[in-house]
Amino acid sequence: MRFILTALLAGFLFGAGLTISMMTDPARVLGFLDIFGAWDPTLAFVMAGALAIYMPIYQFYIKPRGRTIFNEPCQLPEKKQVDQPLITGAILFGLGWGLSGICPGPGLANLSGGQPAIYVFILTMLLGMIGATMYQKK
Amino acid sequence: MLPSDWIQGFAGGMLIGAGAIVLMLFNGRIAGISGITASALTQFKQSAWRWAFLVGLIAAPLVTALAGFTLPENIPASLPTMAVAGLLVGIGTRIGSGCTSGHGICGLSRWSLRSLFATLIFMGTAVLTVSIVRHVM
Repeated sequence: MRFILTALLAGFLFGAGLTISMMTDPARVLGFLDIFGAWDPTLAFVMAGALAIYMPIYQFYIKPRGRTIFNEPCQLPEKKQVDQPLITGAILFGLGWGLSGICPGPGLANLSGGQPAIYVFILTMLLGMIGATMYQKK
Repeated sequence: MLPSDWIQGFAGGMLIGAGAIVLMLFNGRIAGISGITASALTQFKQSAWRWAFLVGLIAAPLVTALAGFTLPENIPASLPTMAVAGLLVGIGTRIGSGCTSGHGICGLSRWSLRSLFATLIFMGTAVLTVSIVRHVM
């Protein structure tokens, strides 16, 4: 139960931050990616704000102990090397992000907005995730 | 485009960072939206926290709307483009083990080399894609 409440709070803060920072608006995201047009640097400030909170708490508190506040082990990725799937996946993701201006967090946060374009994006995104996961498990 | 937007962006970013670090401090988990979503759908055991996180994420804009922070009214891309983009994002984030949150925020903060490469590559590809769509085609 404790895990469910803290995850709910985390998701809520994350979604509120996405909306307040305007990163739920694909026009703003595309404006950041359009460096040869009327460049909109807002997304860089959003990233800076997120890193300003996460990095020091992670580096000074979590990293030395590897455990949560409740002294339970953190589940961190074990893979360290840059491999072909990482590169291929990042390229495919970048293509989709550049075409739409939407990545998974803002896409999901937009679900209550009632936009058909968002429903279509989320539907094919979930199909892609499920398909890729099943393929990887084979 | 105004500097006041940059302050609002930074403040919103701090909230995003706070949400992500809450998940690490209390649940010991990386706040990677693509990983959480994919695992919630494909792995039913011990996924209750994932569904709770997603409920919070999706419900949050309904609450921020009360303070005037609303979701966009216009989505620039067409429906077919959105369908293709969604598929690419879904497949790409699984093969590449993460998206803007897991690699971009958590991974960079953890000084992960994999996440640094992933972030540079997906940002670079997205910049290239937008440049071609807007200035070449």
